[in-house]
Amino acid sequence: MSNVLEVVGIEKRYPGVVANKDVSIQIEAGTIHAIIGENGAGKSTLMKTLYGLIKPDAGQIKVFGSEVNLKSPQDAIALGIGMVHQHFKLADNATVLENVILGSEPTRFGFVVKFDEARKKLVEIAENYGLDIDPDEPLSNLGVGERQRVEIAKVLFRGAKILILDEPTAVLVPQEVDELFANLRELVKKGLTVIFISHKLDEVLSIADDITIMRQGTTVATRKPNKTNKKELAELMVGGELPKPKAGELKVSPESILSIKSASYFRADGRQILDDVNLELHGGEIIGLAGVEGNGQSELIELIMGLIQPATGSVEVLGLNAATTLTRDIRNAGVAYIPQDRQRDGLLMTAPLWENRILGHQFAEPMAKSIWVNKGAAIADSKRVVSEFDVRTPGINVLASALSGGNQQKFIVGRELTGDPKLIVAAQPTRGVDVGAQAIIWEHLMQARSKGAGILLISADLEELFSLSDRIAVIYSGKIVSILNPTKTTPEDLGLAMTGAQSA
Amino acid sequence: MTKSRLFWGIVAPTAAILNSLLFVYIILKLRGVEPIEMFKLMISYGFDPRNLVSEINQTVAYYMAGVAAAIGFKMLLFNIGIDGQYRMGAFFGAVVGAAVNLPPVLHVLLIILVAMLAGGVWAAIAGYLKVKRGVNEVISNIMLNFIAAAIIAFLLSPNLLGSLPEGSQNLQTKPIPASGQMPTIKAFEGEIYTFFFIAIVVGVGYWIMLNKTIFGFNLRATGLSFRAARASGVNAPGMIFITTVLSGAIAGLVGIGTLLSDTHSYSMAFPSGYAFTGLALALLGRNHPVGIFFAAFLWSFLERSAPVLEFEGVPPEIVIVMQGTIVLSIVIAYEVVARINLRQQQRAVGSANTENQNSQAEQVKETK
Repeated sequence: MSNVLEVVGIEKRYPGVVANKDVSIQIEAGTIHAIIGENGAGKSTLMKTLYGLIKPDAGQIKVFGSEVNLKSPQDAIALGIGMVHQHFKLADNATVLENVILGSEPTRFGFVVKFDEARKKLVEIAENYGLDIDPDEPLSNLGVGERQRVEIAKVLFRGAKILILDEPTAVLVPQEVDELFANLRELVKKGLTVIFISHKLDEVLSIADDITIMRQGTTVATRKPNKTNKKELAELMVGGELPKPKAGELKVSPESILSIKSASYFRADGRQILDDVNLELHGGEIIGLAGVEGNGQSELIELIMGLIQPATGSVEVLGLNAATTLTRDIRNAGVAYIPQDRQRDGLLMTAPLWENRILGHQFAEPMAKSIWVNKGAAIADSKRVVSEFDVRTPGINVLASALSGGNQQKFIVGRELTGDPKLIVAAQPTRGVDVGAQAIIWEHLMQARSKGAGILLISADLEELFSLSDRIAVIYSGKIVSILNPTKTTPEDLGLAMTGAQSA
Repeated sequence: MTKSRLFWGIVAPTAAILNSLLFVYIILKLRGVEPIEMFKLMISYGFDPRNLVSEINQTVAYYMAGVAAAIGFKMLLFNIGIDGQYRMGAFFGAVVGAAVNLPPVLHVLLIILVAMLAGGVWAAIAGYLKVKRGVNEVISNIMLNFIAAAIIAFLLSPNLLGSLPEGSQNLQTKPIPASGQMPTIKAFEGEIYTFFFIAIVVGVGYWIMLNKTIFGFNLRATGLSFRAARASGVNAPGMIFITTVLSGAIAGLVGIGTLLSDTHSYSMAFPSGYAFTGLALALLGRNHPVGIFFAAFLWSFLERSAPVLEFEGVPPEIVIVMQGTIVLSIVIAYEVVARINLRQQQRAVGSANTENQNSQAEQVKETK
């Protein structure tokens, strides 16, 4: 079989970070080729390069045998490369057909949209590839799985022969995943090629024809699913054996720092998000909260921070009832919060760093002096955070948005660990962060633990959970399904528990 | 860093004004009028001492509207309700001022407080609807402007709070006694309202509140990122409500200079349109108290010197064209400046990183 897409020696550097280096992949026609790797392994950079969003600093891309120079997504689409984004780019108040043709409408005289022709073409595509969609359905009526089919139809409508799917299963429930896989098999049967990005080993093993593993910005190996197993893939992803938990002495204090008792929470639309959650955290220990994203982690964090109130049960933080305590008082009591979405919840992107140092600490000394902002203290302490946490920045007057993601995260972690907090809620503390920054953040979290802080570590990164946690609680569809001892658990067991396949 | 910020802060509005002058230049040229002569005429008329006095008094009113709008902008609120809030403030200030008898300074302070309260309460309706019901403040404020005008027209009827002085067709409130009036400063055959000084106090207070206090920090944080502010412990919806009320309270002061130093009663002759002007001025002055002052003066100057154009056969509406192009240009200019700044900073971050790497590499060499 011939290669439809060939990548040779791609390299992409950002200031201070090498995002891709020596990346080489051969993708055969009519196959599903999975690309796996941890967060920050360089998968997204590679995909953006293939879709013309990023120009590589070195290397070649060959499409259907000839070398190409992709300057924009338009170039990629013209060559038959289509991208299905993880976050859908669809208009809620338009129909399926309108969404599909938006931006590439067939027109008469250049301005009259030929809807009939477009509908005919879309129906053909849907039948040909077995995509179950109704062109005239308003998008707002559709569920997540159907929306994804619309995104796929959109790409096919533009004549794509090679489809890139960026973590397509991250947002789907298991039945929807099955449907998606059936669709993908149909596509390759008809001669299309699918590139499938994921970090879920089970899925990859079940759907892919070839699996390429990326680590630290480079491609490390390619395997056939029938000649490998989860253990080998996991080791290729993290580079050798999963690191053992650090032998730091465990000095758990008897006092309970966080105590959640049969807490439940319902969303405004009535859907139950948390179901009878019980969790007890003591000073000096790290509990890792493992789970696939969207299983109630965000809501659990918001309960602890007093941002939402439980429907039933209780949440006690440092002896305070979180349901009736203001977030500012919870923070003042000694709770540090490293939010999952750092740019939206953790920073004022268009404010300078020293103002960001104040954020979250503006209700207590030294950042506040009675009603006044203590600018001197903020500036001095920002400088300390920058040097202690190795934040790469020319100064503390630059806007937060000017820093790279990893440096933003180091700044947030430094800010939150200031003043020896008693409880640290750390959500995805090293997501999208390079290995160096990851090591710094891990080290500081371990230090905080040995100083007696209790840490709730919410993470989707298995390596992180195994390296740091004293206990691992697994959350699945709003329930804590098991509590595991990381020294007596394998990544496979944890992975199974996270998907709800096994309840302890 | 701060120096360059000041530099760009001045370059952007200057560029916008020059751009608008160029545009008007072309229009005048097309009409067959000599533009430079027109500009000279406007400048000499506008800077005539007698006109300057009335420009300063108008500047004070515009300044209040501009600061009111700026407070809203800091929270990403578009306070188009300044018109209604200003009417409520001036009207109830006039009614209460005429109804009580107090020692001079106290009397004036009471009127100012009542005006702020009335403006604030009126704005609070829009604030409540936004925070509790998710109603867009632009929609509710536009409706509240109409409602305010209607309520005041109703209350001004002669058998309620209004009266019709002999020989006048203009319904107005009862006059405020001398103890509740503010003096004026005689200058160039005119009188400058001493409310001017209150405006300075408001401008300085606005700046200190925003930049020096925790309250101001929370306000700006909520405006920059609702979610980040909430996660940091700020009662973000509460901040939106309070900011709306504060903006309304300042808007309540827009008509007070005229009321206390000139008319001494509220009448249907009080002008409208302060909301749009205030928003434009806050935009032009970049929400900075000094910037808004210059913007307000520029507006008053242009409006005052417009009529002179008529003598030369040029429609004075050309000034509105000028104001419009200034506002359009300023939006673009600030966006361009913001992008240049971000790029400069990113470059600085990038070079700091390479330096860092180099120094690390050197350290490695040294240890070897």
